[in-house]
Amino acid sequence: MTFLSTQALTRSFGGIHAVAGIDLDLRQGEIRAIIGPNGAGKTTFVSMISGRVEPSSGAILFEGEDITALRPWDRVLRGIVYTFQITSVFRNLSCFDNVALSVQRSLSKGRAIWYRPDPAEVTAAVDSALHRVGLLTRSAELAGELSYGHQRLLEVAMGLALQPKLLILDEPTQGLSEQEIADFCSLVKEIAAGATILLIEHKMDVVMELAHRITVMNNGTLLAEGSPDEIMANLDVQRAYLGT
Amino acid sequence: MDLGPHLLLALLEGCVAAFVLAVTALGLSLVFGVMRIVNVAHGEFFMLGAVIAWWITSLVPDAPFWGFMLALVGAPLAVGAIAVAADALVLRRLNYQPEATIVATIGLLYILQQLVLSIYGPDARPVVAPIQFRIVFPWFGYSGYKLVAVGAASLLLLAAWYGVTRTKFGLIMRATQFDRETAQAFGVPVKRVYAAVFALGAMLAAVAGVLVVPLQQAHYLMGLDPLLLSFIVVIIGGLDSLKGTLIAAFVIGISDGIISVFFSPTLAKIIATLAVALVLVFMPNGLFGGKAR
Amino acid sequence: MTGADKRLRVLALHGGLVLVLFALQFLLPDYDHTNFTSIMVLATYAMGYNILVGYTGLLSLGHAMFFAAGLYGAGMGVYYFALHPVLAFVIGSSAGLILAALIGLIALRTTGVAFMIVTMMFAQAAFLVTLYFNDVTHGDEGLTLTQAARGFDLLGWHVDLTNPALRYNLALSLFTGALVLCLALVRSPIGRVLIAIRENEERTRMLGYDARHYKLLALSLSGLLSGAAGAAYVLFFGYVGSSFAAIQYSIYPLLWVLLGGVGTVVGPIIGTLLMFYLIEISRDHMSSYMIVVGIMLVLLVLWFPKGIAGTIRARWWGWIP
Ligand SMILES: Nc1ncnc2c1ncn2[C@@H]1O[C@H](COP(=O)(O)OP(=O)(O)OP(=O)(O)O)[C@@H](O)[C@H]1O
Ligand SMILES: [Mg+2]
Repeated sequence: MTFLSTQALTRSFGGIHAVAGIDLDLRQGEIRAIIGPNGAGKTTFVSMISGRVEPSSGAILFEGEDITALRPWDRVLRGIVYTFQITSVFRNLSCFDNVALSVQRSLSKGRAIWYRPDPAEVTAAVDSALHRVGLLTRSAELAGELSYGHQRLLEVAMGLALQPKLLILDEPTQGLSEQEIADFCSLVKEIAAGATILLIEHKMDVVMELAHRITVMNNGTLLAEGSPDEIMANLDVQRAYLGT
Repeated sequence: MDLGPHLLLALLEGCVAAFVLAVTALGLSLVFGVMRIVNVAHGEFFMLGAVIAWWITSLVPDAPFWGFMLALVGAPLAVGAIAVAADALVLRRLNYQPEATIVATIGLLYILQQLVLSIYGPDARPVVAPIQFRIVFPWFGYSGYKLVAVGAASLLLLAAWYGVTRTKFGLIMRATQFDRETAQAFGVPVKRVYAAVFALGAMLAAVAGVLVVPLQQAHYLMGLDPLLLSFIVVIIGGLDSLKGTLIAAFVIGISDGIISVFFSPTLAKIIATLAVALVLVFMPNGLFGGKAR
Repeated sequence: MTGADKRLRVLALHGGLVLVLFALQFLLPDYDHTNFTSIMVLATYAMGYNILVGYTGLLSLGHAMFFAAGLYGAGMGVYYFALHPVLAFVIGSSAGLILAALIGLIALRTTGVAFMIVTMMFAQAAFLVTLYFNDVTHGDEGLTLTQAARGFDLLGWHVDLTNPALRYNLALSLFTGALVLCLALVRSPIGRVLIAIRENEERTRMLGYDARHYKLLALSLSGLLSGAAGAAYVLFFGYVGSSFAAIQYSIYPLLWVLLGGVGTVVGPIIGTLLMFYLIEISRDHMSSYMIVVGIMLVLLVLWFPKGIAGTIRARWWGWIP
C-alpha cells in the first residue's frame, strides 16, 4: 500500500491550469522534494493534499483511503499537516500561544469541544516543539515581531506539535541564515525518523542534502521524478529549472 | 368594489411603488457595486430629499408647480453635497474598509436623522402635488400626479442606464468596479470616482424622496422603509447586477403593492426580510444575478 | 511577568471592579442606584455581544433578537402563565440560547458584511413578529408585570423583585456571573481557539479545528448571555415592549463594546456605563438625543477603534484579558 498517492490531480483557476493531472506516489518515511520554477503549481498541488484548495478533478489516497472529499481539519487529525509558504502565524499571539493551539489540538483528538488538556502537559509539549526549532527563548514574544525566518521556523514548530504523519513544508528555509539552514536540515532529518516529509524547496543544496527522491514540476505538470543524482543529470530539468 | 377594479388599483399602486423603489435601490446598488460598501444611511438621503423638498416648496407657496420643479433640482444637489462631505470626512478616512464603513454609515444614519429632527421637528408635513388632475376610472378616481411620478422615475432610470453603459463616466465607473488597483494604475482618479458615485447614489435616493413627498408627507423617520426595501431589492436582485436590481424592484414593488392591499403589510415585510436573509446565505448572487464571480 | 503574577493582577482588576460595584449601592442616590441596576444588566448583554464580536471577529447587527427573546420569553411566561420568576428567567435565557443557535446554523455560513446584513434582516423580522402578534405582545405598548407577579417565596423569605436593594444585588450577581464566565472562556482552550479564529480563520482550520463548531458555540453563548440579560431586565423593571426588539437595541451593544474595548472582558461595562449616562444627559437637554449615538459611532470607528480598555491594553497593561 502506498502511503500517499494522487491520481490525475488537477486544479484550474479561471483559465489557468495551475496543476494539470499529477500522479504522485509517496512511500512512508521518505523525504520527497518537489522543485520547479515559480508558478509551476507546487503550492497549489500540496494545498490540494492538505485540503486547503479543492481539486477541480482527480483523487487523493492516503493510507489506502480516498480522502479527496475530506475537509482540511479532518485531514489534520489523520496526520496531514501543512506549513504555509506565505507565513501565516498568528501575529498578535505569542509564540507560545501559536504552538499551544497545535498542541491543544493533538491532545484533544477525539474529545468533546470543551475538553481541557492538562496545562502542564500542554506547556511541556509547546516548550519541546519550540526547543526543536530553536525558538524556546522567544516563547513569550509576539509572533508578528519575529524576523521572517523565525516566523517560518515557528510555522514548522506549529506543524511538528500536531504530530504529523505527513509533514508538508513549503519553502521553509526562505529567509534563514546559513547556520539556521544547517540546523534546520538536521531537524528535518530528525523529524523524518517519525514522519514522511514533502518538501518544496528552491535551494538546491538543501534539496540535495535532504531528499531521498525529487519530483520536478513545470507548468502544472510532472516533468521528471527520480533520485537526486538522476535529476541532476536530467537535461530537461536543467533547461526548465536551472534555465541553462 | 369587485375584485377586478380592486386588482387594478393594487396594480397601479404597485407600479408607483416599484418605480420609486427602483430609483432608490439603484442608488444603493451603484454604491455597493462600485465602492464595495453597504450604505446604511441610504434611506436618510431619501428622507433628506423629501424634507428639503418640503422646505423649498414652502418658500414659494403660491406657485406649487415651480416650487416643486425647484425642489426636484435643488434637493438632490443639496443631498449630493452632503454625501460628498460624508465621503471625504468619514468614508475615505476609513479607506472604505467594509465592516468599519457599515458602522460609520449607521452613525451617519443617526446623525442625519436626528439633525433633521432637531431642525425640522417631529411633525409630518405635506407637500402639494405640482399638478392637480384626477384620472377618472368607472370605479374610482386616480391621482394624475402618481402617473407623472412614474413617468419621471422611468426617465431617470433610462438616464441612469444610459449613463452607466454608454458614457465615459460609466466606463470609468465600471473599470473601477472591476479592479480598483488596475484602474488606478491606468490613471483613473479613484478617489474622485468614489466621491462621485457616492454622491450619485445619494442623489438618486433624494430624487425618489422628492417624487414621493406629495404622496406621503415628509417626516424625519421616513427613511427606514425605503432603506429596508432597497436592501431587499439589491440583495434579491444580485449584489453585482444593475439589471437584477431593476427586475427585483419591479417584482417586489408590485407584489408589495398587491400584497399590502390584500394582506397585512407587516406579514409581507416579515416574509420579505426572511427571504432576503436566506437569499444572502444560500444564493449570494441573488435570484436574478449572474453566476459566482 | 510570570503566569502567577499575571493571574493575580487579573484577579485584582476584576475582583476590584465587582467590589466597587458592590460598595456603590451604599453611596449612590436613588436615581443612580436604579441606573446602575440597569447598567449592570445591560453590561451583561454587552458582554454577550462581545463574546461574538470580540472573540470570534463576527460583527452582528441583530443581537436585539436575542435580548428580546429573553425579555419576551420571561415576560410572557410571567404575564400569561404566572410562572415562577426563577423559572421565567431560565426560560428567557434558554430562549436567547436556542434562537442564537438556530440563527447561527444559517447565518454562520456567511462572514463579514454578509453576516452583518443577514443578522440585521433576521432581527428585523423578529421585530416585525413582535408587532404582528400584537394581540399577545401588545406591540409598542407592551406588557407590564405586576408587583405580585414579580415576587416569590424562598425558604420562608419573601423575595420581591421590585425592591431596589435586592434588585441591585441580583443585577450585580448576574453581572459577576457573566464576568466570571467570560474570564473563564478567554482563558480556556476554547477561548484560545476563538481568538485564533478572529485572528486568522483559515490558519485555524489548517491546525485541525472545525471553525464552524466554535463559531456556533460562541454565538450560542452570546445568545445565552443576551437572553439572560433580557430576562433579568423584564423581571427587574416589569416591562417589555417591541422597542426592545428594534434595530436600536442591536446598535447599542455594538456601541457599548466599541467604546469600552472590543475583545476585552472589562470593556463592555465601561462602555455601557459611559454611554448610558451620556445618553441620559443628552436626553435631558434635547429631543434629538440619539444624535450622540451617531456621533459616537463615527468618532469611534475613525479615531478610537480599540476603545478604552483596548487602548489601555495596547499602551500600558498588556495583561488585560
Ligand atoms: N488562488 C488563486 N487564484 C488564481 N490563480 C492562482 C491561485 N493560486 C495560484 N494561482 C496560479 O496558479 C499558478 C501556480 O501557482 P503556485 O502558487 O501553485 O506556484 P508555485 O509553484 O508554488 O510557485 P512559487 O515557487 O512562486 O511558490 C500560478 O500561475 C498562480 O498565479
Ligand atoms: Mg509556492
